[in-house]
Amino acid sequence: MDKELLQHGLNINRRKFLSRMSIGLGSAALGSLLIPGLFEGSAEEEAGFIPGIPHFAPKAKRVIYLFQNGAPSQLETFDYKPTLNKMMGQDLPESIRQGQRLTGMTSGQKSFPLVGSYYKFNQHGQSGAWVSEIFPHMAKIVDDLCIVRSMHTEAINHDPALTFFQTGAQQGNRPSMGSWVSYGLGTENKNLPAFCVLLSRGKGNGQGVYSKLWSNGFLDSIHQGVQFSSGENPILYLQDPDGMDREARRKMLDKVAALNEIQLKNFGDPEIATKIQQYEMAYRMQTAVPEIMDVSKESDDIVKLYGSECLVPGTYAANCLLARKLSENGVRFIQLYHQGWDQHGNLPNEMRGQGRDVDQPSAALITDLKQRGLLDETLVIWGGEFGRTNYCQGAMSEDNYGRDHHPRCFTIWMAGGGIKPGMVYGETDEFGYNIVKNPVHINDFHATILNQLGFDHERLTYRFQGRRYRLTDVSGTVVKDIIT
Amino acid sequence: MKKKYIVILFCLIGGIALFTFICFSGKKSSNINKPDAISYNFQVRPILSDKCYACHGPDANKREAGLRLDIEKEAYKALKDNPKAHAIVPGKPGLSELYIRVSTTDTAIMMPPASSNLPTLTEAEVVIIKKWIEEGAKYEPHWAFVPPQKAPLPKVKNKTWPKNEIDHFVLSKMEEHGLTPNEEADKERLLRRIALDITGLPPTPGMIDSFAKSTDPNAYEKMIDALLQQPAYGERMAIPWLDAARFADSGGYTDDFYRSQWPWRDWVIHAFNENLPYDKFITWQLAGDLIPDATKEQILATGFNRNHKITDEGGVIDEEYRVEYVVDRTNTLGTAILGMTIECARCHDHKYDPISQKNFYQLSAFFNSIKEVGLDAIAPAKNPRMDITREDLNGVLSFITTSRDTAGLQVSVMKDLDTARKTYILSRGAYDQHAEEVQPGTPKSIMAFPDDLPKNRLGLSEWLFDAKHPLTARVFVNRIWQEIFGRGIVKSANDFGMQGELPTNPKLLDWLAVDFRENRWNIKRLVKQIYMSATYRQSSAIPPEKLKADPQNIYLSYAPRIRMNAEMIRDLVLASSGLLQPIIGGPSVKPYQPPGLWELATAGRGTLTIYKQDHGEQLYRRGMYTFIKRTVPPPAMLIFDASNRDQCEVKRSRTNTPLQALIMMNDPTVLEASVALADGLAGKKIAAQAAVTNAFKRIINREPGKQELDILMQYYKEQEVYFKTNPANIEKVTKAGEYKMKNKAGPETAALTRLVQVIYNMAEAITKT
Repeated sequence: MDKELLQHGLNINRRKFLSRMSIGLGSAALGSLLIPGLFEGSAEEEAGFIPGIPHFAPKAKRVIYLFQNGAPSQLETFDYKPTLNKMMGQDLPESIRQGQRLTGMTSGQKSFPLVGSYYKFNQHGQSGAWVSEIFPHMAKIVDDLCIVRSMHTEAINHDPALTFFQTGAQQGNRPSMGSWVSYGLGTENKNLPAFCVLLSRGKGNGQGVYSKLWSNGFLDSIHQGVQFSSGENPILYLQDPDGMDREARRKMLDKVAALNEIQLKNFGDPEIATKIQQYEMAYRMQTAVPEIMDVSKESDDIVKLYGSECLVPGTYAANCLLARKLSENGVRFIQLYHQGWDQHGNLPNEMRGQGRDVDQPSAALITDLKQRGLLDETLVIWGGEFGRTNYCQGAMSEDNYGRDHHPRCFTIWMAGGGIKPGMVYGETDEFGYNIVKNPVHINDFHATILNQLGFDHERLTYRFQGRRYRLTDVSGTVVKDIIT
Repeated sequence: MKKKYIVILFCLIGGIALFTFICFSGKKSSNINKPDAISYNFQVRPILSDKCYACHGPDANKREAGLRLDIEKEAYKALKDNPKAHAIVPGKPGLSELYIRVSTTDTAIMMPPASSNLPTLTEAEVVIIKKWIEEGAKYEPHWAFVPPQKAPLPKVKNKTWPKNEIDHFVLSKMEEHGLTPNEEADKERLLRRIALDITGLPPTPGMIDSFAKSTDPNAYEKMIDALLQQPAYGERMAIPWLDAARFADSGGYTDDFYRSQWPWRDWVIHAFNENLPYDKFITWQLAGDLIPDATKEQILATGFNRNHKITDEGGVIDEEYRVEYVVDRTNTLGTAILGMTIECARCHDHKYDPISQKNFYQLSAFFNSIKEVGLDAIAPAKNPRMDITREDLNGVLSFITTSRDTAGLQVSVMKDLDTARKTYILSRGAYDQHAEEVQPGTPKSIMAFPDDLPKNRLGLSEWLFDAKHPLTARVFVNRIWQEIFGRGIVKSANDFGMQGELPTNPKLLDWLAVDFRENRWNIKRLVKQIYMSATYRQSSAIPPEKLKADPQNIYLSYAPRIRMNAEMIRDLVLASSGLLQPIIGGPSVKPYQPPGLWELATAGRGTLTIYKQDHGEQLYRRGMYTFIKRTVPPPAMLIFDASNRDQCEVKRSRTNTPLQALIMMNDPTVLEASVALADGLAGKKIAAQAAVTNAFKRIINREPGKQELDILMQYYKEQEVYFKTNPANIEKVTKAGEYKMKNKAGPETAALTRLVQVIYNMAEAITKT
């Protein structure tokens, strides 16, 4: 391009940039800490978007996603359907099923006998929301929750359904939700990654999770979810080797920096300067992360709140406590996965165990954030990848049955971050099979989360292979009814 | 002889013509202070494509107001809604709705409209549109769909610098932008560069010394030839192709069982080492099974199209996944070989490129008749598959590295049904939404499928290697260029379409492409040509004025400094410490990996629930042999931007992060290598300074500078004192991985171990300089 024109273009971009800077200088500066080359610009980057600056004032600054992996049944948790108990054993009417495709696990079944919840339900709180007896603690904080009973998806198998929830597409190598948030908001804490992942497993029948779910896809790998684990190394490769104390490490890194400085002087490559900074951040992370992981200084009240399991590293309870600490320290997106929710059989027994794992810590997290004044700015989400069928899979007896995958309706809850508390949203038919009011598709759900974080989901895009990609692909509508 | 004279004559005429042209145009630009004519392809179309085609482009379903701007005669037509007006009136921007609407501030008529969420045109872009219309609004066919031709070598001012044709093209661009080339890199850095580029391994101290001492004027070329003969060349060349071919050792979906595709990977290494021409390399992979009297080697090559993810999740709908596999093959053909994002046309007509949804399914029809199912029985190889017998291993497939458990070895390959499956356009890409039936075919916009070719994968391969094919050669030479210079001549190596980047040096790209084809797709020749160029041999120092003038080094006035890829980093660490086991091929291996990664991410089914780390020599294999379980890929590789092998990938990103620093600081592989190198040096019983210099040379592959040596020696001495006063720490520091010390470790070895760690953490250690 002609130089004059080029210069002109640069001026315009600079002007645009400066006008945006004036609304969020602070966040831009923060964003740049974790996004090297932020202000250099690249062809793949979006012209109208500056990472680290939201589109409008956000209600939530951070997200904690308590993913219940394997898909907990809505019919035994939050979507109370007494009709199923009354019609126990009768076949699912075709007028309700309406040709819904079935998984290969039950498509061969001769009949589809309806089965009601083994557990009792009661109404709780001001909102009068129905909650099953396996969640006594969640029942107590029900007025802080917005229970969405009308979620639906297209996928009927775990892999595509999970991938859909995490990346907005059933197939393909797209960035995870947390990566999008990291890309959009940058980090608040220069010693911690913006997107952290914590895993735990219950005793119920499970489906694996995989690092693909927290992949950065086509975004820079700086936005990849960083998995925290319970062992000696909370972050991979964080711990120094035997015999290397802090002082020795400092000395070593000083020499490395001195050698790199010589190269920088001789070769003038800015990447060397970045490398020097990255080593400094690595050094700081080595102190910051173990400090966060240390729960020994938590008060007895806190331990009591989350349950004593929170002192056992790697449990869901410990991860909930850790999620609070990470969030408190500015981590943007914390993704928990609790495995073991795939009850094709042995449901009454397994769900009770799973419930015990997650009930108290999930409720504790909400209470804890609230008492610290953080719930307003932290969006907490609880739920699985799809629902379960209202009919029984396999043999059915009074105290044993199973449920297959069901995409047409399921329940999740959200709390904090500008979501209306004490609300039950959406409704399913009396069979718990189809949505009859206010359906919320996964794209809508994603659009709503991004909205709470200050982003127009249609404008948070990244250009890759010639196309502007977004988390919500080509659809999605913000669910305005549930936001404050 | 006669032919040669004619060529020379042509060059002369061309040269004179060009010379005259340059003089003329030089005069023109100095007299009239005005930019040259606007180029449709380079300036206008990128704007139209990015800001207009989404609603006024090839996708018929999303077209607004019946207007399309990607075709000249459509854009000149009277507007449907307002027959008096025209989108474009050549020569008259004031009468052209296009110009009126992109230049206005009136939001009621402004284009693109706010509802599109597309950024409005910058002022500079508006000026370009205006000038282009003033100059007659001439369209040109998309550059990448016009077959490449060799342009005459551009004349350059600095006649002594070019060493081969490449340099003429590169230098002419530099001169155009007022840049001059860097001087040649010093011998040590140059040797490290070619060794890493050709074999993926650093040069040995012996090579460094003999190369430095050699007075042979052809020493550089001889070194290149020698390196190209090393089997490590095939390994190094294979890595980008394994990314493109999404090669891995597991299924890739929930449960993620083991798959035995590695013999195919051994074939790729073999094919590069045998210098199989690119046309055969691709033809065998796409259609080896259809070649008359196909050998088992040719059939093995078709494993390429069976490397994709395959599900083992119980309960999935068979056809849904079978279709997914067919789509994956089609997309891979697009990205890996055609450099086109044809996957966009799966659900709708392509929004930017002239590829319709019908085109997509016509292409997919070539891959739709495989004798396969969506959900097959759990087995390391899925149907159709090929048995590899003991006899094969001793004969036609002798390049496969056998291990103890190769009995019953099978690999997934291609095989068609006796009767072709019908292929349909799938509405919105959904597996069960059959629309119109289609036959195998290729997009006319790229190149029509000749009638005389068989409508199968073999015919498809012939189509790809037709001398008039506009993409095949360009896409491959561009990727080779990208691999060597860190950035392709077309930066978007995966997208040569309308939304892709334009070539920064189009004549060079075309010259290389045609030359590659004319020389029978000879890959070794192609890479040697690049390594022999003066462009490649430049120093990588970046003078501040060049950093300012060309920060992205588009015009290559200095050699790029590129952070090595994940595999190369591991290989450098192992090779420099002497731990590397240079075994070619065989089943993938499981080196050190932080505990619990597989175990925590599994439902407990299958053979890959527990990471069973290898021992002995398998711990020290090159990075490319590390086992890739797709759902939990090796973390150290991923942190250094390796592909997760989920789908075809032809361009890795290159980040610089704190997690990478942590790997170099604490990965047991690096720690063990530091101990091994220190132990080896201790065994030599040489003076401290000699040992330090030696370690530096093994890792950085050059003599340390004085300042550097001072820093290193000072550190060494400090550490030596430390370990003398803290002998209890000696054992801790000299114990890493499964390495067994050869010498008794004293304070010197411990100090040297720490020192080696410092060197491994230098930016230069993991940079191609």
